[in-house]
Amino acid sequence: MSHLSAATRHRVAFTLNGRPVSLEAEPRLLASDALRHGLGATGTHVGCEHGVCGACTIQIDGVPARACLTLAVQLEGRKVRTVEGLGPAADRLSVLQASFRRHHALQCGFCTAGILVSLDAFLHEQPHPSEEELRIVVGGHLCRCTGYTPIIRATLEAAEQLRSDPSLPDSSHV
Amino acid sequence: MKPAAFDFIRAGNLSEALDALGQYGSDARIIAGGQSLMPMLNMRLAKPAVLIDVMGIPGLDAVRREGDTIVISAGVRQAALMQRPNLASELPLLAAALPWLGHYQTRTRGTVCGSAAHADPSAEIPLCLVALDGEVRLRSRKRSRRVKAGDFFVGMMVTDKADDELIEAVTFPVSKPGSGHAFKEVARRHGDFAIVGCAALVTPDAIHLAVAGVADKPQRRSFPLLDGSALSDALNAFAWDLDARDDYHATARLRRDLVRSLGRDTIKEALSCRT
Repeated sequence: MSHLSAATRHRVAFTLNGRPVSLEAEPRLLASDALRHGLGATGTHVGCEHGVCGACTIQIDGVPARACLTLAVQLEGRKVRTVEGLGPAADRLSVLQASFRRHHALQCGFCTAGILVSLDAFLHEQPHPSEEELRIVVGGHLCRCTGYTPIIRATLEAAEQLRSDPSLPDSSHV
Repeated sequence: MKPAAFDFIRAGNLSEALDALGQYGSDARIIAGGQSLMPMLNMRLAKPAVLIDVMGIPGLDAVRREGDTIVISAGVRQAALMQRPNLASELPLLAAALPWLGHYQTRTRGTVCGSAAHADPSAEIPLCLVALDGEVRLRSRKRSRRVKAGDFFVGMMVTDKADDELIEAVTFPVSKPGSGHAFKEVARRHGDFAIVGCAALVTPDAIHLAVAGVADKPQRRSFPLLDGSALSDALNAFAWDLDARDDYHATARLRRDLVRSLGRDTIKEALSCRT
């Protein structure tokens, strides 16, 4: 059993986009704040902070999760992936990201990081998604710009590209 | 929108978790997937002094069959239960309801028992527990006990669980041959809290309908195999007895109307898929 006291900071170590990282966290620190303020990884956006809007969605051990509903201390030892880890290199987009760009699947971009992270995980689970399935997955995110239609279109096209050429530089899970 | 300060205890086994609960009592809360508790903490509707994390306890992520009962332990995530082979034949009601429980992105973390512990009156897991007459297995340092779902849910976010108890598991009876199940809900957006949720179980001699989102806890009523206007009258009486209230999301009148119409549709579907 380990007992982390409220008043002190505790070392939390995990893998972020393939790189070992650590920070000092009070137990009450949210994972979203740990990423943004503790590690400077500001790609993960913070909207509602109670799990409704989906902007802060990250992958923990390959599955999507709300960073605002996760404590930093719960990331101990986990593999965390954020929007910064989707592209094959800092100056290159993943297949899904490039498809979002082509289809104008974003405008202000606030919700985009979370949506990309969710869809990236879902496409690994379901390489042959139906439009209906995608609408339900994207239903876990609030987007006030696009009306969702270009997001669905972009994702269907990205799925098709990934199926036809599995060697494409998409999101090798790390 | 940040939680108030708390100590965080990682329990390595069940007795450590029970000891900590015994020591801190009402100052402590169990955290499993956190998908119900974390919003409460963020909004400071809950300000426990201690959180006890049970997700590191070995064996707590087990779903097992004990005779005609499926036992779902405290650490079982909703997404993991959805992936159970044979779920649709063992627990067809759960198979139908789970896709409506929160979002794809929250079911990956949220647990089945956590949803029962939270006891939101519109939530799907409490509704299914009440519909199927399942049980909640409670454990403290001093004792273990089993409580029928209908007695476990006391009121809005209030349960029969004592401060030193944790939910060790919830149990559902396996579907019997000749029975039919159906689930339906109405919400603003798929994954949001239901305005009204209905779960129906039809057996060879009775209809059981449970309703969430209307009263302060899920409520079940049993009828003989009625149809036509007799069923309409029974549903109307049930709708009025649930004592619906107006709130931000819907009027009492809309809720009663949904109990009548959605209730009838749910029963109809359960009748049509009897095995």
